[in-house]
Amino acid sequence: MDAIVFPPIALLPLLPTLIVLGAAVLVMALELGPRAIPRELSAVAALAGMIGALLATLAQWGTSQRAFRDMVVQDNFALFFNVVICYSGALVVLLSMDYLRRRGSDSGEYYVLVLFATAGMMLLAAAGDLVVVFLALELMSLSLYVLAGLFKRELASGEASMKYFLLGAFASSFLLYGIALIYGATGTTSLDRIAAAMTARPRDPLFVMGLGLVLVGFGFKISSVPFHMWVPDVYQGAPTSVTALIATGSKAGAFAALIRVLAVVPRGLAPDGAALLWAGAAVTMTIGNVVAIAQSNLKRMLAYSSIAHVGYMLVGLVAGGAAGTGAVLFYLLVYAFTTAGAFGVITLCERARDEAVEVADYAGLARRHPLLAAALGLFLLSLVGIPPLAGFVGKFYVFGAAVRAGYVWLAVIGVLNSAVAAYYYLRVVVYMYMREPEGAATAYAPSLAGGLALAVALVGIVLLGVMPAPFADLAQAAVAPLVR
Amino acid sequence: MIPLLTLVTFLPGAAGLALLFVPRRSVGVLRLVSLVVTVLTFACSLPLYFGFDGDAIGYQFEENRRWMPTLGVAYHVGIDGISLLLVLLTTFLMPLALVSAWGSIEDRFKEFTATMLLLETGMLGVFVSLDLFLFYVFWEAMLIPMYFIIGIWGGPNRVYAAVKFILYTMVGSLLMLVAILGLYYQYGAATGRYTFDVPVLAQYVMAPGLAQNLMFLAFALAFAIKVPLFPFHTWLPDAHVEAPTAGSVVLAGVLLKMGTYGFLRFCLPFFPDASLAFGPLVWTLAVIGVIYGAWVSTVQPDMKKLVAYSSVSHLGFVMLGIFTLNQQGLVGALIQMVNHGLSTGALFLMVGMIYERRHSRLIADFGGLWRVVPAFSAVFLVVVLSSLGLPGLNGFVGEFLILVGAFQRSPWLAAVATSGIIFAAVYLLWMYQRVIFGDVTHEANRGLRDLTTREWAVLVPVVTLIVWIGVYPAAFTGKTETTVEALIAQVEAKTGMNR
Repeated sequence: MDAIVFPPIALLPLLPTLIVLGAAVLVMALELGPRAIPRELSAVAALAGMIGALLATLAQWGTSQRAFRDMVVQDNFALFFNVVICYSGALVVLLSMDYLRRRGSDSGEYYVLVLFATAGMMLLAAAGDLVVVFLALELMSLSLYVLAGLFKRELASGEASMKYFLLGAFASSFLLYGIALIYGATGTTSLDRIAAAMTARPRDPLFVMGLGLVLVGFGFKISSVPFHMWVPDVYQGAPTSVTALIATGSKAGAFAALIRVLAVVPRGLAPDGAALLWAGAAVTMTIGNVVAIAQSNLKRMLAYSSIAHVGYMLVGLVAGGAAGTGAVLFYLLVYAFTTAGAFGVITLCERARDEAVEVADYAGLARRHPLLAAALGLFLLSLVGIPPLAGFVGKFYVFGAAVRAGYVWLAVIGVLNSAVAAYYYLRVVVYMYMREPEGAATAYAPSLAGGLALAVALVGIVLLGVMPAPFADLAQAAVAPLVR
Repeated sequence: MIPLLTLVTFLPGAAGLALLFVPRRSVGVLRLVSLVVTVLTFACSLPLYFGFDGDAIGYQFEENRRWMPTLGVAYHVGIDGISLLLVLLTTFLMPLALVSAWGSIEDRFKEFTATMLLLETGMLGVFVSLDLFLFYVFWEAMLIPMYFIIGIWGGPNRVYAAVKFILYTMVGSLLMLVAILGLYYQYGAATGRYTFDVPVLAQYVMAPGLAQNLMFLAFALAFAIKVPLFPFHTWLPDAHVEAPTAGSVVLAGVLLKMGTYGFLRFCLPFFPDASLAFGPLVWTLAVIGVIYGAWVSTVQPDMKKLVAYSSVSHLGFVMLGIFTLNQQGLVGALIQMVNHGLSTGALFLMVGMIYERRHSRLIADFGGLWRVVPAFSAVFLVVVLSSLGLPGLNGFVGEFLILVGAFQRSPWLAAVATSGIIFAAVYLLWMYQRVIFGDVTHEANRGLRDLTTREWAVLVPVVTLIVWIGVYPAAFTGKTETTVEALIAQVEAKTGMNR
């Protein structure tokens, strides 16, 4: 029997993730300290961790590094996702500061969990091995399960946590089972070696079954139909800042791992897989959009709309190639800015000591808080896909890739869905601008940090809308070595 | 050299954004700045007219800058004989529409002014864009200000009208987006050069067949909804009736022209075979629109709705002219686009003036106004006569040319369309008779004020132009004829090549 050989320890490629984890440890230590230490310090430490990780990511750009025997692959693809994830994380921390205090749930543990979840997402994007995929996914998910139930005294929050946990655990077991089958078929969990093994035997039934189960697990995490049932309840019940993280960061991490896993699929399997993805994309965007029309709760509406946006991103995956997959990366970047911003506005609106979550609560908002209404309006218009905002360019790239790859009808389904989406997004605009307030007024809860977060997000959607090409080109270049 | 087109396009929008920082109480500043900016924009667009060489083929005042080279997207703007008149029409109508709103818009006046100015930039951008991506950006972005204008400052049923307006137009334009992408990749695959540049794409000879037909239909649907071509017109009466006067003026005067402009700029040169093949269908729908719009107008009790349906009828003429694909028809269509903008814009302005005084637009509520407001009645007569195509005023020139063009295609078609002019006389004169002539039927009308100085200032420029085009149309047709000839030659060359 061979002696166990420890791989060389190379921590540098993991630097961004380590910074986030370090910040988590620091916040934990702060919590143990004397009471005199102000609460804000934890938030500031968490923010510093996110920004530090972002800077470390930017510094590493262009250096493709591998560590721990290819278990961690810190290439441009991972770094691109790190940017999206760290941005979402930082924004969530900013949004949380005043929001949690107002809701009486301010605690250092919150920031620790956000940091752990963020680290999990970043690791997910850099996973070169199915074991790392699973570990990172669990690190992310377990933190998020707890975060969803943060408002202990609220029934909806507890329900969200419970549902998320049960269905999430279910999905994780699918994923794990799939990984086991793939290991059985190929004898390895390393993605590179799986790819090599599969080119020799492209249609091994064991592998196909394993891959199918893995896709089910990912389908849950990215919330594509028919694995979307948890989304509305969790998005609605979880604290809004946590919802923002689930909607942006966790989706980005799961998509990153999904793209990496799909990249190992041999060409021979592609036609069946493409047909499946085609149908998945079409059904996901249609169901998400159609059901969103019927929602009167803004968070729930955004939950269904997020399902629809996953459908658009799947269109990019169906199109494939550097163009299609790159479009998905760009879309995720845009989506992170837009959705985090939209949820951010919700955290700043309150009604009679409670959160303003019903669409009707926003009636006449434009009269009392024109800036806030304008911000939410711009985020929603970007989600509709109105140029020159970023959402339009995201759709433009995704549908462009689909048309280029010959999936014209999928693009047609996609644009018709966008028209459906316009209806329910604009309904919120109708309430804000074209109706008078009803009952008790929705108040603006002033928050410097929250305002800063919204300003960053607004600049983001305008910049990405007017000058998208450099970022989209980076996304395509980052994904090119992977999809070839 | 001054980038004149960029200046004209973005000046209003930039001013609109700047106005958001003016305190909402200083209504005077808002009025003054918006008026100065729109008049300045018009002044800046005049050199376009005088500097435009009517005998030259191709685009003038072109600007072409890099924007997203990896995608083949450029900031490419320019005008030819087709867009020149529409740019001028837009810059001309905008100050009038703004001034007309001074009496009627009081709620959130600052936002209204800023939205109108942003709308002007959007509309001008549509007419000057020579890059499909840029065009689409303006085309879609322009919807939002109009949506707000109808939805915030409109009548009682404004939300319904605004949502209907935006959903109708979005469905059409999103399908056009797919067709734009299809054209982009087809051209790229055929030539190896991926570009959204309109003049480059216009040179591309696409094989006739399913792909061309589908792309034509996708483009045509977007434009037909905007025009609106029967049977896609149902959003228009709602939008027109609910919109505030200034919104209706812009909607009728400029927005509808974006549809007909789209046919001229994109459908004909890009998809000539499909344009020929679908020509009979378009004529038929256009003529149905002419007759149907006129009949429905006749029975409207509401003046604004009457004018709205008359737009369906008039735009049917324009569509007929475009798809005759001959010199007279196309030039007539272009002139008629401008005429309709002026006449219908003026009709909306005047209906709005009555409404401000009496808070009613029902024909039955009026009668014998000539005794009370003689000046108003006189100007109203000129505008009505212009709209129904009296020789000597502008409407006649366009309709005559269109009918000459249509006659060459099909005498029957021209004959049926001609009856549209007769019906126009019926509904407009009958409305005029009931509102203006006779005895004063309602006591409430006795105290109505005649035209104020501000209203004179709005109406005099329009009426001047109405008479000028009627008497000396060559001042305008002269700028367009070469462009139209080149367009027809291009369509014929392409379809001939494929035969």
